[in-house]
Amino acid sequence: MSAQGLYTRRRITNAIAMTFGTAATVLGLFFLVWILWLTLINGISALHGSLFTKITAYGPQGGLANAIVGSLMMDLIALLICTPIGVMAGTWLAEYARLTRLGTVIRFLNDILLSAPSIVLGLFVYMIIVLPMSNMTHGAVSFSGFAGGVALALIGLPVIVRTTDEMLQLVPSTLREAALALGVPQWKLTMQILLRAASSGIVTGVLLALARLAGETAPLLFTAFGNNFMTAHPLDKMASVPVAIYQYTNDPDPTLHAIAWAGALVITLFVLALSLLTRLFFSRKKVSYG
Amino acid sequence: MQVTLTRQLVRDSERRAHLDARYDRIFRGVLKFCALLVLAALLGAALSTLWGGREVLFGQGLHFLTSDAWNPVKDDYGALSPIFGTLVTSLIAIVLAVPVSFGVAMFLTEIAPTWMRGPVSSAIELLAGIPSIIYGMWGLFVFVPFMSGIEPALSATLGRIPLIGKLFQGPPLGLGLLTAGIVLAVMILPFITSVMREVFQTVPTRLKESAYALSSTRWEVLWDIVLPYTRSAVIGGIILGLGRALGETMAVTFVLGNSYNITSSLLMPGTSISSSIANEFNEAVGVHRSALIALGFLLFVVTFIVLLIARLMLHQLARREGK
Repeated sequence: MSAQGLYTRRRITNAIAMTFGTAATVLGLFFLVWILWLTLINGISALHGSLFTKITAYGPQGGLANAIVGSLMMDLIALLICTPIGVMAGTWLAEYARLTRLGTVIRFLNDILLSAPSIVLGLFVYMIIVLPMSNMTHGAVSFSGFAGGVALALIGLPVIVRTTDEMLQLVPSTLREAALALGVPQWKLTMQILLRAASSGIVTGVLLALARLAGETAPLLFTAFGNNFMTAHPLDKMASVPVAIYQYTNDPDPTLHAIAWAGALVITLFVLALSLLTRLFFSRKKVSYG
Repeated sequence: MQVTLTRQLVRDSERRAHLDARYDRIFRGVLKFCALLVLAALLGAALSTLWGGREVLFGQGLHFLTSDAWNPVKDDYGALSPIFGTLVTSLIAIVLAVPVSFGVAMFLTEIAPTWMRGPVSSAIELLAGIPSIIYGMWGLFVFVPFMSGIEPALSATLGRIPLIGKLFQGPPLGLGLLTAGIVLAVMILPFITSVMREVFQTVPTRLKESAYALSSTRWEVLWDIVLPYTRSAVIGGIILGLGRALGETMAVTFVLGNSYNITSSLLMPGTSISSSIANEFNEAVGVHRSALIALGFLLFVVTFIVLLIARLMLHQLARREGK
């Protein structure tokens, strides 16, 4: 092949590849816009005040008030469980086990838990909480908001562990050395200096975890189950927005589909607003570390 | 006087050192316990589903793994159809998502002007933030009608090709394996893209600049320099996407059609492990419930192995970087 021919061929290959890359990006963005736009359009047209004031027991005439309360309740339970455990586990990884074998193994398994199938985590909580509770109370308490919260905590836990670990590793070691040289014991150093220095990063982790677990449906199906009435008692069966969307989408009634879209809009806005907030926190943190 | 004061001070500081040491031990123990809970969660998920499915896993053994029957009336259960559906939809997702992710990662690291990279990559990552139930709704209400519109055309074109033609023949229901695979592809796209983009950025600039200095085109730099350098991590990212696709429930449940069969056509409805569990668990009792939990165990084991391989491959590049 002549030099000129080779040159032309290379240029054409390059042009094709560049066009493909651009087209792929446009395709990805197209799907994003398609999904968000439809959620917005269908959601807004079904968004009435009754969505937040009426419960699902009224069906097509109702709203999602009990599901919203249930979701908030279970998200809260989940955060109350996974934040302390996650922060402590992450602290152990970063401060006590940075290079040890057990630390490496746990860090590794935490990453696997991060993408483990959420439906299996739901089954797990069903086996260890819902069934035993039902057996102990002879069926009086079975599915519960508490079980749902635990299942969601399992979704959020690895996120918090990972961010805490990473954020603490970013804290300069001179800070540790200075404190240790003054005779500060390790627990005080960790609680009062290191966690404080990494606090904005840890808040980021908690927000990320919330954004992830708030939209989860699969782990709630067999733990919190669902409920058509308003309840905030953690031992009752509890409704949630994602599960209500799931049930309404499965229903043939188009009026319920409209309510499901409104719920979808609410939850999408909540989750996306959280991720934006996280970004804000995160960029500020980067600046303060210089 | 002086002596007693000194003695007092020494005693005080000794006592404090003693207390501090004890608090340190307790503190350390509590932290370690929490870290071990992560391990316990994974182990517990495996063991509890194994226990819950014991009736079917140990009672029927191989029959459960090799049979395609799923009959709650006769209590005869085989995992083959759900396994088939899970594998096929995930494979479709990977086949479609990998080239697109590669294209997007290429765009974000080599093609786009610098000012565009941040916003576009944030937008792609936004796709990962959308809850999976929204993908499911969109899939059922929007994408299924769309697919049933174009499926006759697929059958008429791709369906005529010998060998692979069979895959695209069938009724234009809209629902089915292909539709579920495409929805999954959109879902895992941001995960694979973000891994690829990140590892592409780890390639030392001097390697790329050397290639450019030898008058390589952008494509040649990417294909001959960047990709070989990051190969194991790129494959790790792809397998990570596979792990996501295997375990995904909500995005596929609505669009699969929930029917237990194994067909040669991708346009036919099917089922997957996760969607079987989601659809039937709350109505199931006895052996049926045990069979569904056993399915959950299988899913957990398979995704665990897949994710383990993915993480190991991602780890390799990080180690070479000296992290």
